[in-house]
Amino acid sequence: MNVLTKIISMFRESDQGLSFDSGNLSGRGILIFHHTSEVIRAETLLKEAGLDVKVKGPPPEVRSGCDLAIEFPLLLELKVLRVLSKSKIRPLQVLPLQDLLLEPVSLFQVKNFGDYLMVRAANMKITVSKKDARIVNVSGGGCPDVPFLADQLVGKGLYEAPEPRTLGHTLCGYALQLAFEELRRQCPG
Amino acid sequence: MSWLIIGTVPYESFPLVLSQCRLAGNQLHLNSETVSVSRGTPALLAAACLGAEVLGLQPPTAMLVGDTGRGEGSVRLYRHLVETFSERSEKVLVFHYLQPDVDWHNRILLKLDDLSNRPILVADAGYMYVAKMSGFSLSYDLFTPDVGEMAFLADESAPHPFYTRGFLLQDEERVPELIQRAYENDNAARCLLVKGRSDYVASAAKIISKISEPCVATMEPIGGTGDTLTGIVAAMIAYGYSVPYAATTAARANRIMGLLANPTPAFSVAQLLPALPKALETVLAS
Repeated sequence: MNVLTKIISMFRESDQGLSFDSGNLSGRGILIFHHTSEVIRAETLLKEAGLDVKVKGPPPEVRSGCDLAIEFPLLLELKVLRVLSKSKIRPLQVLPLQDLLLEPVSLFQVKNFGDYLMVRAANMKITVSKKDARIVNVSGGGCPDVPFLADQLVGKGLYEAPEPRTLGHTLCGYALQLAFEELRRQCPG
Repeated sequence: MSWLIIGTVPYESFPLVLSQCRLAGNQLHLNSETVSVSRGTPALLAAACLGAEVLGLQPPTAMLVGDTGRGEGSVRLYRHLVETFSERSEKVLVFHYLQPDVDWHNRILLKLDDLSNRPILVADAGYMYVAKMSGFSLSYDLFTPDVGEMAFLADESAPHPFYTRGFLLQDEERVPELIQRAYENDNAARCLLVKGRSDYVASAAKIISKISEPCVATMEPIGGTGDTLTGIVAAMIAYGYSVPYAATTAARANRIMGLLANPTPAFSVAQLLPALPKALETVLAS
């Protein structure tokens, strides 16, 4: 089946109410809030920030006080949360739309290299020198903010470096934030 | 064969550039632009240039744009590629650090579908993510995931490695199982090169090769060592080697590069690259 035929068949399945197993859903997430007023404010802020968001009714499984949710591009989760955080809005839950049972990676892998310690979260790794808690490397990931974040972090002290969430935009940046936090937990300042 | 490497550099102001690459020391020269070699697409390009030199190939052409994760540069590049696709004649296309965007990915794939002689397609990093998300993994000739990304390919529900489900533990020992699961769900390219403590080259039918030696554990923390591997394999494919043979040989060469450089986890990829030509020559001679 060529590409065009496959894309058309995906849309036909979608029209018939069957599961739509393409990137259109797999790339979207939803934000669940406590109050409707938060949804409306969040929608305004996110649209002003140039994000492609839509207000939707959340699925029954995740209704928790508010009958509205915001659908957003999942890849930009970090940017979405930062925009909201600046206005002190905190969603109750952030979930991938495709499969509401999915949760972010919560397992960390820690590797000891003698004078160095590496932590991996999902596809991101960060390594520090144990002697002076200096970040010596960032590896893994595939989104374009990873090389940028690495440039900003490598060479800096673990407690002087900017947190990845303040500079990153994507889920790779978010994964790096988790690895960064775990590394701080492993190497208390 | 002519070859094109498509990716980003982490500078927002870097313009969209289409140029043959020239590597001089630690600097890549592209038209009037210069980029220092560090992790990401510059590391891939540097390894590709060095590999080409060893093989006696013309260096790759690069299509690069600045993007720090906002995605605007990637979209500019996607648009340019789609609009100028008829001008492309390269036989090997390597897609790398680009903001995943299913819509633009599919537009590019539609353009490729129109070609009577389709180029060999290699996808790594963000473009591999979007290729999987789109449901068109099998349109690609080679993906080059690490173990965490392999678990993502194996998880038919995960839209990004960040959401890989926990039961698919990103365990080096389970890589063959993850490969099998990815193929069962059509979420792998025709050939996979899985980068890890042992590297695996696989197709839907079987594990073609497993490369475990030499093992230089300190390569793992160094940002860009996966990019250099993709650069070497791209050069070998552009030379005309089959994708599985190129993947196997490149995996060996990348390991020998590490052995020769004898790095600590604090090395930069730029400190490894001087050892690449000798490493590749060694593998080719053997």
